[in-house]
Amino acid sequence: MEHYLNLAIRSIFLENMALAFFLGMCSFLACSKKVETALGLGVAVVFVQVLTVPLNNVILHGLLVEGALGWLHPSLARVDLTFLAFMLFISTIAAATQVVEMAVDRFAPKLYATLGVFLPLIAVNCVILAGSLFMQERDYTLAESVVYGAGSGLGWALAIAAMAAVREKLRYSDVPDGLRGLGITFMTAGLMSIAFMMFSGIQL
Amino acid sequence: MTATSLFGKPQRAALSLPVITNNPIGVQVLGICSALAVTTRVDKAIVMGVGVTIVTAFANLAVSMVRNYTPSSIRIIVQLAIIASLVIMVDQFLKAYLFELSLELSVFVGLIITNCIVMGRAEGYAMQNPPWLSFLDGIGNGFGYALVLLLVAVARELLGAGKILGVVVLPVTTDGGWYVPNGLMLLAPSGLFLIALLVWLLRTWKPELQEED
Repeated sequence: MEHYLNLAIRSIFLENMALAFFLGMCSFLACSKKVETALGLGVAVVFVQVLTVPLNNVILHGLLVEGALGWLHPSLARVDLTFLAFMLFISTIAAATQVVEMAVDRFAPKLYATLGVFLPLIAVNCVILAGSLFMQERDYTLAESVVYGAGSGLGWALAIAAMAAVREKLRYSDVPDGLRGLGITFMTAGLMSIAFMMFSGIQL
Repeated sequence: MTATSLFGKPQRAALSLPVITNNPIGVQVLGICSALAVTTRVDKAIVMGVGVTIVTAFANLAVSMVRNYTPSSIRIIVQLAIIASLVIMVDQFLKAYLFELSLELSVFVGLIITNCIVMGRAEGYAMQNPPWLSFLDGIGNGFGYALVLLLVAVARELLGAGKILGVVVLPVTTDGGWYVPNGLMLLAPSGLFLIALLVWLLRTWKPELQEED
């Protein structure tokens, strides 16, 4: 139990997808102008992440790793298909994004309209693929994958919501012309990243 | 000079414009994620830059060659499949010939699949342009990306460790030298600050790129 809690805390705060690894920057920059939109996108990302990381874990260990295909036919027991991981991961992500998109359209049409093209763009959001790739690199079990998926998604959602809150206030500041928009957002993200480093001493 | 000539004006423009004038990171604001993460050392930046250039160029080429046969409803999936295959090849090559570097780059090679530059150019340029032009555009954008990566990596490795490509330039105090390394440069946020400064410089040089509030 403690192990999972530790994993959750680590993936939300210490190894925050947006502020420690700088993943998902494109939508991070584009959708962080208003807190409402940012929260909506964050929740969608959490959904997709919780769907895809465990699913990709099952696919990885059920189909791709060496010996996994043994259940199909004994002669296939030494086949190693891990090089196909990228292809299969991105396919499940595209499918999961489509499902989440349909769910959002059905249950929250206003959010669907606000997010516009950024909802299908979750499929190519680095955070989602990175979640699956880190899961593969660190060899997580299925339970750990669920926790990691939820945690990494929540961490990214937290970061984008915080950034949106800061940017809403920044609109009343006197930012130099060359820094307006992109530049000042990067600087703010850098400072937030330094702030999040304070979590690195925490261990439960 | 037509669209079918080899190095005519439109071809040279496709190759040279993305390097600075339409730089993918500074101007189009694409491909930020890996630019921040792999620039702690110059060798990582070079490998990443070359990798993205190869993937963008050949993905553009492939997408452009099938553009007239791809139904619009599945074009994103087709593009993703093409890009994923190319990245798998680059990843396998790195694992075979540059193993230590591939371990350091870890997931970021795989993340070239979701790199906005590759998808952005495939969708935004290769779907509407002939193969050779698209290939050149891919190389141009790759070079522009690699240029920014190189600049940031040189700054970070030089100021953070006193070295460039492992060669000592500023001897650090721990090795008996005089340079006290700037530890912030080796941490993640410095990439953001450096790119913010780069964007600031770029937008002051070219005011037409500044955002309206």
